[in-house]
Amino acid sequence: MKIAIPVENKSLDSNVCLSFGRAPYFLFYNVETKESNFVVNNAAAVTGGAGIKAAQTIVDNKANVLLVTQLGENAASVLKAADIKIYQAKNASVKENLDDFTDDKLSLLEKIHAGFHGRRNR
Amino acid sequence: MLDFMVEGTGNMKIAVLSGKGGTGKTLVSVNLAAVSKEATYIDCDVEEANGHLFFKPQWIEKEDIAVKIPQVDKKLCDGCRNCVNFCKFNALVYVNDELKIFDEICHSCGGCILVCPQKALTEKDKIIGIIKKGISDNVTIYTGVLNTGEPSGVPIINKLLSEKNLKENKLTVIDCPPGSSCVVMESIKDADYCILVAEPTLFGVHNLKMVYQLVKLFDKPFGVVLNKCLKEDNPAEKYCLENDIKILSKIPFDNELGTLNSNGEIVANKDEKYKKIFSSLLNKLVKEVQNEAVVNP
Repeated sequence: MKIAIPVENKSLDSNVCLSFGRAPYFLFYNVETKESNFVVNNAAAVTGGAGIKAAQTIVDNKANVLLVTQLGENAASVLKAADIKIYQAKNASVKENLDDFTDDKLSLLEKIHAGFHGRRNR
Repeated sequence: MLDFMVEGTGNMKIAVLSGKGGTGKTLVSVNLAAVSKEATYIDCDVEEANGHLFFKPQWIEKEDIAVKIPQVDKKLCDGCRNCVNFCKFNALVYVNDELKIFDEICHSCGGCILVCPQKALTEKDKIIGIIKKGISDNVTIYTGVLNTGEPSGVPIINKLLSEKNLKENKLTVIDCPPGSSCVVMESIKDADYCILVAEPTLFGVHNLKMVYQLVKLFDKPFGVVLNKCLKEDNPAEKYCLENDIKILSKIPFDNELGTLNSNGEIVANKDEKYKKIFSSLLNKLVKEVQNEAVVNP
């Protein structure tokens, strides 16, 4: 099983990034091999549709699970199409979140926000 | 209706804008159109068009406005992702061996269709709102209405300001959306002159700065109308004086004017003293635009 997490820095001690689409990196953690792979989020600086583009990265890296603090509806619809399970991460370190997930302490993300797209138009 | 009407406006196009809502764009726009012998009033605030509430026009035309968005023939798509990689707005993703298109993210550039080697993408119409045309005495009214939930009014504004609505030899008043973003840029781009409406507060100065920077960027001739003027110091006026910005008119903070306006009345048609404010403003604009034509032909 592969777990994806938006992260601030390329380290397991890094905090989970509170933004999904604009996170600098994604961690892909392989539960079986315990391998950590940090991938640059090429959506971090795009002018629009960051959540959608970031979701494409999560899908292309074949994650099964995503841990996030919050998520927009467009990104969620991409992830759902790929059958990726979305869990509510805590505002804490990556390591803590991975431990909690392993211990079954995280619940599925319930609240999907309407996204920030177009907000700058007004 | 009172008799004296401003003539000689030619086909000048005046855009009325402000950094925030509620400063008096519609008050100025509606009354300028009303004191002109003949005018076209175009309501570009497509998210909450309200100018028609003052004119109460007889509507004579209605047109759906559509944008082009891509649709995919899944049998032809081979998953090359050229379209996904091309789209600068990230309106397309490829997931689960299927192309997924986000209609409301698409900006209708048509690029994805051009780069598809399989010709799997074609255009379809998506209606995002309407334009209505109406008549009220000396004024022709165009109003754009963007459907709820649609992200951008630009295509409707573009259609509102199409050649055929502007070409007639009479005054055109363009009532802009608030702010200084894409929809405002679209609204002022063909204007001969811009009026910036400002309130007498520090917040008003902040908002005035935004539109001041915009009209300078667009290299448009412009002037300021100070609305809701009190006897006290006016920070917006101070800002204009400090920055050598032309003040075209001062509209008083006046209970009677406010009441008439909030009841949907065109104040210039109700009282000679208000009519004078707007007809002298329009006369000043005629001179400004003529002068501009001489200096910058």
